[in-house]
Amino acid sequence: MKPPPFDYHAARSVSEALELLGRYAEDARLLAGGQSLVPMLNFRLATPRVLIDLNRVGELAYIREENGWLRLGAMTRQRAIEFSPLVKERIPLLVEALGYVGHLPTRTRGTIGGSVAHADPSAECPALVCALGGELVIRGAGGERVVGAADFFQDFFTTALQPGELLVEVRLPVMPARSGWAFEEFARRHGDFAIVEVAAQVTLDERGGCRAARVAAAGVGATPLRLRAVEQIVERGGGAGAVVAQAAARAAELVDPAGDHHASADYRRHLTEVLTRRALSRAFAGVERSK
Amino acid sequence: MSDTADSEIASGGGRAAQAATGATRKWVGQPLRRSEDPRLLAGRGTFVADLPFHNVCQAAILRSPYAHARIKAIDAGEALKMPGVVGVVTGADALAMTRPFGVGVRAPIKYYCMATDKARFVGEPVAVVVAQDRYLAEDALDRIQVEYEPLPAVVDPEAALAPEAALLHEAVGSNLACHRHIVYGDVERAFREADVVISESFRFPKYGSTPIETYGVVASFESATGVLTVTSNFMGPFILHPITARALNLPENRLRFIVPPDIGGSFGIKTSIYPYIALIGLAAMKLKVAVKWIEDRREHLLASSSGTDRVAYRELAARKDGTILAMRSRWYDNVGGYIRSPEPGCAFRPIGNWVGAYRFQNLEADAYVVMTNKSLTGPNRGYACGHLYFEIERMVDLLAEKLEMDPAEVRRRNFIQSDQFPYRTPSGGLYDSGDYPAAFAKALELAHYDELKREREKARAEGRLFGIGVAAAVDPSVSNMGYVTVALDPQDRARPQYLPKSGALEAASIRLDPLGKLTVILGSTPQGQGHQTIVAQIVADEFGVSPDDVTVVDEMDTFTRVWGISSGTYSSRFGSVGTSAAALAARKLKEKLVAYASYLMEVPPEALGVVDGAVREKSGGRGLTLKELAGRAHWNTESLPRGMEAGLEATAVFSFPEAKAPDHQDRVNSSNTYGFIAEVMAVEVDPETAAIKILRYVTVHDAGQIINPAIVEGQIYGGALHGLGGALYEEMLYDEQGQCLVGSFMDYLVPTASEAVKIDIGHIATSSPFTTLGAKGLGESSSMTVPAVLANAVSDALRPLGVRIRELPITPSRLWHLMETARRGRP
Repeated sequence: MKPPPFDYHAARSVSEALELLGRYAEDARLLAGGQSLVPMLNFRLATPRVLIDLNRVGELAYIREENGWLRLGAMTRQRAIEFSPLVKERIPLLVEALGYVGHLPTRTRGTIGGSVAHADPSAECPALVCALGGELVIRGAGGERVVGAADFFQDFFTTALQPGELLVEVRLPVMPARSGWAFEEFARRHGDFAIVEVAAQVTLDERGGCRAARVAAAGVGATPLRLRAVEQIVERGGGAGAVVAQAAARAAELVDPAGDHHASADYRRHLTEVLTRRALSRAFAGVERSK
Repeated sequence: MSDTADSEIASGGGRAAQAATGATRKWVGQPLRRSEDPRLLAGRGTFVADLPFHNVCQAAILRSPYAHARIKAIDAGEALKMPGVVGVVTGADALAMTRPFGVGVRAPIKYYCMATDKARFVGEPVAVVVAQDRYLAEDALDRIQVEYEPLPAVVDPEAALAPEAALLHEAVGSNLACHRHIVYGDVERAFREADVVISESFRFPKYGSTPIETYGVVASFESATGVLTVTSNFMGPFILHPITARALNLPENRLRFIVPPDIGGSFGIKTSIYPYIALIGLAAMKLKVAVKWIEDRREHLLASSSGTDRVAYRELAARKDGTILAMRSRWYDNVGGYIRSPEPGCAFRPIGNWVGAYRFQNLEADAYVVMTNKSLTGPNRGYACGHLYFEIERMVDLLAEKLEMDPAEVRRRNFIQSDQFPYRTPSGGLYDSGDYPAAFAKALELAHYDELKREREKARAEGRLFGIGVAAAVDPSVSNMGYVTVALDPQDRARPQYLPKSGALEAASIRLDPLGKLTVILGSTPQGQGHQTIVAQIVADEFGVSPDDVTVVDEMDTFTRVWGISSGTYSSRFGSVGTSAAALAARKLKEKLVAYASYLMEVPPEALGVVDGAVREKSGGRGLTLKELAGRAHWNTESLPRGMEAGLEATAVFSFPEAKAPDHQDRVNSSNTYGFIAEVMAVEVDPETAAIKILRYVTVHDAGQIINPAIVEGQIYGGALHGLGGALYEEMLYDEQGQCLVGSFMDYLVPTASEAVKIDIGHIATSSPFTTLGAKGLGESSSMTVPAVLANAVSDALRPLGVRIRELPITPSRLWHLMETARRGRP
């Protein structure tokens, strides 16, 4: 389990990273927290000729609030986000989800951008970006572009990022007032990639109706899946038990999971229903409590 | 039930117990902090990978990607041209320079240290590259061209016995490595006369231990002397030393095994390192360089060792009052592509305790040991007892269910009673001591069993799936090597040229140095068990000194230490046999010191005793300290009495007298001490996700005299967590083509601290009459009972649905499917 030879460059700035990326294009891989890439190198599953290390690019580590969005620099450590009072106040769902990402030592190293760009179909960060309708800021030689979550995640470990491009920022909308949230995950062990996970955030209007719902599931397909039809059921019918149950049943119909040696397809589909129901119930109950 | 304890043996045991001298026990029994820990915790342990070697090259191993394939050609030309590559070893070298390892069965199986004709499992070594560093060696692996002819594979042990199944070893003619059908008592009659008969089938998974330190071997060959020196984390049994020497065509006294001070865990798995010792030894001998190989985690998961997966069928005959009359069993142990010694221990290692904790006298075992295209197997914590107790304890619960009795009560009615020890089991085991009803009662009490039953009633009324499991197990330790030969028919063992096998011994030496301090030299290979700590405790008590005054050396070297065929640190043997040897060595030295002091002081030896670091008059008068005696004996040999051998050292070899070869009826005392475990577990199953939550877990052990309770507690925690792995998480899974599906810790799931459960531990102590200190082994511990108690608890929780656990690990997906099937089957 030793990687084949590669050249290593430690970029000091985004422009240097982009310059290196431009030079090596498809031969290069970007190293963020390394929690997935380094094992892949050792297993010789990834065999880049050049490794561009972003860990010294200080300008990519930040948490800012702007115009109703939280802007997270791609190299912000998961642990920093988990412990940010600002994130806790503005997007508590993100903090809850991060509790399921690996273990404390891996979160200390792992970054939000690395996880999103790696796009593991069972990972928590991509699911959350998907649920909240986040935006991904991408920079390349030709300048900057912003891609919505729905277009960003394309397939297993495949995103809208093109060779020569760098994910620089993850933007997530701040949770509105009168909202509740829940992140439900089922994994065989604490810290494992999920068998199934469901993220939910609901916002009520003044009369107590559901103004907006955000639901996504992961572990059930090639990419995390925003469950718009599920959202619509509770947006129309609210958070009553029967409505939530109906929404959850719909979730199971929307996903098309594959089975593997950890869990069968049927079990994953069943879990999608159970976890959607639990997540929505808890999210609605949370709003009630916060009133 | 008649008392079957044999009176001659009972008195023999009594004598052994009386032989104990009455040393004051100040340190034995204390939870002393481990003297090993400061350096281990500070990262200053010395493991095989840490040792400095000069001019050592690194090896990487090319492994078969196929489960079953003929190797038609190997072209290493490109690899050999790469800068930094020293050489390549292939099956042709193994054929030319080595011999197949001896196997414990009659089937003509040629097991070499690497594939020579065919690869028979994914991960089997096909070539070795030796290079200046491991990176270069792995790069070179990619350049070796192997022409394989893939063959059909078989992975299921029952399917492998079908006539049309892919055949692994043409010379054997089938995939059956060994088959024994053994009957004790009158099973037919017991089943005929039974009020109830229970039948069930079981599947036990293939899993290992994944010690934190993988295998490591450093080999160098000195052609001038013909000595191959191998430094490795070898743990024994040392019978594997002659087996390896023979495979390498070396005289045994030209093969030197050195074991560094620290081994990072093993749990039996490192028993199976010896083929790699031969492989890396072969590379060193062929290429004339020192060769180092440190196994990586992927190699470890693919091709080190694991317990067997087993398919088993059991039948139980009982009276309607719950008395068990007989058990019948037929099972198929899957040993993988070859049978590697000490297999078929999977089938026979627990033979003496096949009846578990129960009195029934009629027993039938139909054991098939089968080869398939999976990785090879060997001892894994509890060696085959996890399988055994999963099956037996489920059967007892099924009996309770059928009779509508409390499972605890059914066990109580069948336990061997405390006045029956030493107890001879129908299969030849000699249980040394115990009080099973008392230990079991203590477990029920610690668990608040009656309260749990009330909770269960309440939970069931609410529609919740709450269950209680109990389990009882005899904990065998210090294997008697003779058990392996049950693999041979009694007629084979009766041939005049056959040499019987038996034994369980350990050696220790002690020295009083010229400045009056003690050094104990062990022949053991600890993997974290704390031998230095406990031997210091024992010797401190023998001499009345502090453990700090005793240095314990446990770095094994076959050229300089005293050892025997059964030596090594396995089968929980140190706590009884190793400590016995250390105590006996200390007593031998004490005897000499008393004789010397008697001469110097002109006092009869009977009037002297060793107390507080001195030989003193028992009347409390004069004495000579160890330092004073050492000062005289070492610095002035003239002071020794005429006829007394100079030097203040002693060596003792402790050997169990009851470790005998199997008799003509296949009865054998397969272990030498037999502890006891009683457990209670309460669980709740999530009816929707099938997640299992362990609410309470109690384990009570009888390990005889406990030497260090802190170490014992650590063993129980580790054992329980290991058992939890087999019950819920760990499985070396293969697909139908024999591809291994668990090449990393992302897929092979080991319980971590987050999965650990709270454990309530209790003890009772019935001293073993056969060991010097009355201690028994405890290292396998709850690893062998957690699968049983958890399966019982989950089955009980799911009783409203009628789901019974017969297969491990109980993954949530598997369990949910069982629950769904049961729910759908209901009106």
